[in-house]
Amino acid sequence: MTTTATTRTAAERYRAGVMKYKEMGYFDLGYEPKDTDVIALFRITPQDGVDPEEAAAAVAGESSTATWTVVWTDRLTACEQYRAKCFRVDPVPGNPEQWFAYIAYDLDLFEPGSIANLTASIIGNVFGFKPLKALRLEDMRLPVAYVKTFDGPPTGVVVERERLDKFGRPLLGATVKPKLGLSGRNYGRVVYEALKGGLDFTKDDENINSQPFMHWRDRFLYCMEAVNRAQAMTGEVKGTYLNVTAGTMEQMYERAEFAKELGSVIVMIDLVIGYTAIQSMSKWARRNDMILHLHRAGHSTYTRQKSHGVSFRVIAKWMRLAGVDHIHAGTVVGKLEGDPLTVRGFYDICLENRNPMRLEHGIFFDQDWAGLRKVMPVASGGIHAGQMHQLLHHLGEDCVLQFGGGTIGHPMGIAAGATANRVALEAMILARNEGRDYLNEGPEILERAARHCTPLAQALEVWKDVTFDYASTDTPDFVPVATPV
Amino acid sequence: MRLTQGTFSFLPDLTDEQIRKQVAYCIAKGWAVNLEFTDDPHPRNTYWEMWGLPMFDLKDPAPVMYELEQCRKVYANGYIRLSAFDASPGWESLRLSFIVHRPAEEPGFALERQETAGRGIRYTTHAYATDRPVGERYS
Repeated sequence: MTTTATTRTAAERYRAGVMKYKEMGYFDLGYEPKDTDVIALFRITPQDGVDPEEAAAAVAGESSTATWTVVWTDRLTACEQYRAKCFRVDPVPGNPEQWFAYIAYDLDLFEPGSIANLTASIIGNVFGFKPLKALRLEDMRLPVAYVKTFDGPPTGVVVERERLDKFGRPLLGATVKPKLGLSGRNYGRVVYEALKGGLDFTKDDENINSQPFMHWRDRFLYCMEAVNRAQAMTGEVKGTYLNVTAGTMEQMYERAEFAKELGSVIVMIDLVIGYTAIQSMSKWARRNDMILHLHRAGHSTYTRQKSHGVSFRVIAKWMRLAGVDHIHAGTVVGKLEGDPLTVRGFYDICLENRNPMRLEHGIFFDQDWAGLRKVMPVASGGIHAGQMHQLLHHLGEDCVLQFGGGTIGHPMGIAAGATANRVALEAMILARNEGRDYLNEGPEILERAARHCTPLAQALEVWKDVTFDYASTDTPDFVPVATPV
Repeated sequence: MRLTQGTFSFLPDLTDEQIRKQVAYCIAKGWAVNLEFTDDPHPRNTYWEMWGLPMFDLKDPAPVMYELEQCRKVYANGYIRLSAFDASPGWESLRLSFIVHRPAEEPGFALERQETAGRGIRYTTHAYATDRPVGERYS
């Protein structure tokens, strides 16, 4: 590796024509990133024969000020400051085709408080750039000065727990199934049974909006009847994530206002509504004391493959800035993609005041969240009561565990399924707090709890052999090794 | 009905030995332990009456168990909850909260509906326990 900080005259630098990005000021291994710089880490796969340093410089150029040719108008600006600078290129361990490129961006390149603006630069044009076979945004370091331009989650984990009066255990939820086709009246039945049985939340699925079989107002009215009935039956605060995702911002506001009028504690949006819509809904939720649930619908199209796209850890960071209270972040043991250490990294981004660099979890930078509230991670997709010890071990107590099929598919009915999950969870928390080795003794703890809870015994029997044991595609590149003494 | 607020309401009522272990867990974490009681367990009744001040800097669960015993003697017919408070930066709230005593009979709640425009309904959850005269409730 060599630096290219060669001295040359301005006339040479700005002579019309084409010049290597490396020579245009987008590559400087001697550059010390400032505390206020935004830093992006890209995984680059150059086309055959393309120098990785030139490719990295091109990424820095195309994601900041450069175009394909020299332009004299650069000289009307403080162009040195505005050029992103690739300051480090490392080979990816075990992958000779790929490189990690660290690129620093001056803070003034970004509009305060706008994810749309940040992403338009960082993932704007550059992902289709021809000299690269593939490009992935792995991680970002967001300086405190920038973090402070965002409001962050309207509610956050602590205030959500205070509002719900639920402490010391994961929250329990279920997505209503079948996700499409139920009428409002039947849909509310599922909500009522699940909440009465012991869940804290039920949830609309990502694609339940306002379809011919159930219009949104009908769903909201029946759901809130169910929520209030279940609250009176149990004396607990209950909620159902009313999905307000719609075709226009005006429709989303209308639905959210109606949810508020009906007394819902929470509304829901899908990631596919876009960053600006998410930030708008976050502001609305803040004005209206509403918890905001985000379903990460669509993310796997760009997060799952390691060679190209955007890592979910970056999406999680953007969403903590944009300001959502809940975000689906993986289950480890369920039916959807999720390597344990990578998922741990996502949860830490949601929950910690400050993330220390942890390469083995895919966290490449120290990240200070500067008092921004915490996002509650949600584990959803193919989980059941028999996995409770593993879920608690991998995910901790600050999350929502969502058992959709694992509640509604219970042989004795939805309320029984809910009770099984709640009993399994409380038994596991009790055992953990008592200092037991709950991960190894998990099956025994569940079996003992099932002696006073027939629904749990039935759930354990029905789903005892269900596991989703497939190799993950999105895994960390670094593994911890013992240092020889 | 059985009020299911708190971390362990779906388990059989905890024994004193089980409560003691949870208190020991809280103490090991450096949390303050608090006892509160009420006869109105409405889900939005946030401020139960405090049984003395929160107990900070505990070394042992014994003082908590002693206070719980005293509280039970006075409010045998109410709810008592034990909570643990964590003053760490970024949290500064409860970490655990569970019911450690219930009345022999739990009257539960009525759900009142006020029909409004369209098909809208305003809901009110009403704790039957609060129907008793104030003089009886707070004696």
